[in-house]
Amino acid sequence: MSDKNRLFDVRLVIGGLFVIYGLIVTAIGIFDTQAEIDKAQGVRINLWMGLAMLALGVFMLVWLKLNPIKNEPAEPLEGADREV
Amino acid sequence: MRTLAAEGLRLDVGIVDYLILTLYFVTVLGIGFAARRAIKSSADFFLSGRSMPAWVTGLAFVSANLGALEIIGMAANGAEYGLMTLHYYWVGAVPAMVFLGIVMMPFYYGSKVHSVPEFLRRRFNRPTHLFNALSFALAQVLIAGVNLYALALILQALLGWPLWLSIVIGAAIVLIYITLGGLSSAIYNEVLQFFVILAGLIPITVIGLVKVGGIDGLFEKVRQTPLGEAGLHTFANTGSTDNPLGASWIGIIFGLGFVLSFGYWTTNFAEVQRALSAKDMSAARRTPIIGAFPKLLIPAVTVIPGLIALVTIQGLGADKGDLVYNNAIPLLMRDLLPNGVLGVAVTGLIASFMAGMAANVSGFNTVFTYDLWRPYVRKDRDDAYYIRIGRLATIGGIVVGIGTAFIAAGFSNIMNYIQALFSLFNAPLFATFIVGMFWKKMTPWAGFWSLLLGFLASLTLYIGHLTEVIPFNSDLSESFWGAGAAFVTAVVVAVVVTLFTKGTSKSDDELRGLVYGLSGDSTSGETIIAGEKVWWRNPVLLGAIAVALAILLYIPVW
Repeated sequence: MSDKNRLFDVRLVIGGLFVIYGLIVTAIGIFDTQAEIDKAQGVRINLWMGLAMLALGVFMLVWLKLNPIKNEPAEPLEGADREV
Repeated sequence: MRTLAAEGLRLDVGIVDYLILTLYFVTVLGIGFAARRAIKSSADFFLSGRSMPAWVTGLAFVSANLGALEIIGMAANGAEYGLMTLHYYWVGAVPAMVFLGIVMMPFYYGSKVHSVPEFLRRRFNRPTHLFNALSFALAQVLIAGVNLYALALILQALLGWPLWLSIVIGAAIVLIYITLGGLSSAIYNEVLQFFVILAGLIPITVIGLVKVGGIDGLFEKVRQTPLGEAGLHTFANTGSTDNPLGASWIGIIFGLGFVLSFGYWTTNFAEVQRALSAKDMSAARRTPIIGAFPKLLIPAVTVIPGLIALVTIQGLGADKGDLVYNNAIPLLMRDLLPNGVLGVAVTGLIASFMAGMAANVSGFNTVFTYDLWRPYVRKDRDDAYYIRIGRLATIGGIVVGIGTAFIAAGFSNIMNYIQALFSLFNAPLFATFIVGMFWKKMTPWAGFWSLLLGFLASLTLYIGHLTEVIPFNSDLSESFWGAGAAFVTAVVVAVVVTLFTKGTSKSDDELRGLVYGLSGDSTSGETIIAGEKVWWRNPVLLGAIAVALAILLYIPVW
């Protein structure tokens, strides 16, 4: 199976979306007004969650980079038995 | 749930929140289009080509169950019944997930079946297969409709979207990504949704706990509510039924923990399908067990917010209006989340509705194509033909789902409706399965009759309850008893019919890989263990750790 046809890695999707979410929410968190901070009981939740999501996104992308899926041949559904 | 439609729940969503939601929709559709390129055969479409790593299938496994109905329902139960709701996780899910991975997965994955009904065909006969395939397809479409309707209700309440618009948008997005990408699309979206929903729920728990003064402050305040001290214990008052849930420990352990939960987790194809898409036997066995670890901790973002809502929202627990228990999570979102994380929470909620529906739809299209269309309608066509049928079945399933969404509108308590469906379909199936799996003499016709009569036993109680001929304390208690009756009937019928049809049991060769003690090539113990020398890949050890953690977690809230 060529690389072109193989299913992309889910870590790329999670990493990509969470980096973007992280950047957006962190940015909001930096500019949060006092009213918004008060609503969240004094917790700068946008800032913290933004950074946490950014970290998760980066973690997924780094993991993908360091440990990409090996290009194994696809397994047939039936017929030849494959062992673990 | 219908009362969600009031003005009072409207969230103050801003442009950023809509940006976050839009980005999610775009990503979901992108996954569908990208996954399409990887589909070369029907196995790719229906089983993801059996290529997924265990952490992906494991998260998808738990995510397929982490629908918004579950989240909203469990938070509501947390507010209404207190910590006894934890039983749904630690007794009602984790042991069954571990059992599925350790005991049953070798048979499912090793026999190379593509669905639960197909397993029944090979173990028993075609009538058993047909009955199960039809009832499964029906149940999936009904539940998909419930998810769609609930999604529309919540969007109407939170964002002010008209009902029909939400139903059409929700259905269209699920339709596009499943039709294009099949199971791979569903699984990838489930894994993504798992993280988004957590990112949306964690802020609620964190801010909520800050507001009530931490866990100690929360428990102290719960003691002052009408729920009181009883809401902070799980097993303490279960010698009788004098506790918030109205259930004794026997009912909890056997009804919920054994029959309902084992029935749901081990035979529900929408769940099992995730494990069947794993890349090898070891990954398939680890799938439900890896799922069990997040499942242990999910109450922190469902049951705890339920209690927070109980103590912070004046008047929660009304019979109708905005303050029904089902609104616990939406109310907390309104009160505590500023724009930004609010958008993430709304996105997570919508994502989990769509994922719940996608799980039903992808289970449905597989069973419809492989178990109904191919064997009974059009045999022996080429593979591309069946992919096309799968895509058409997806469209058909969703269209019917939209129809059943409006049926679901007629039920006042959606969670109880779903529990009733489980007690009708899953409990007898589990009994037939477990006897057939461990007793090789059980005959093919015993399989059919035990499934049918078990279903009828549960149906009798359900109708008796609806018509008030048989009195039950609550809908939930009917589900427990219905499941129990179905289980006992199915087991007894299996034994009796087998005795009357002696000599028709299948031969050992036919049953190889399907029955305990008759190992096929890939179910023999040695082969399985060979690849699992590393301890963190050993399903038995991982499963034991999960169950031990479930027991330990009970200690502080006994």
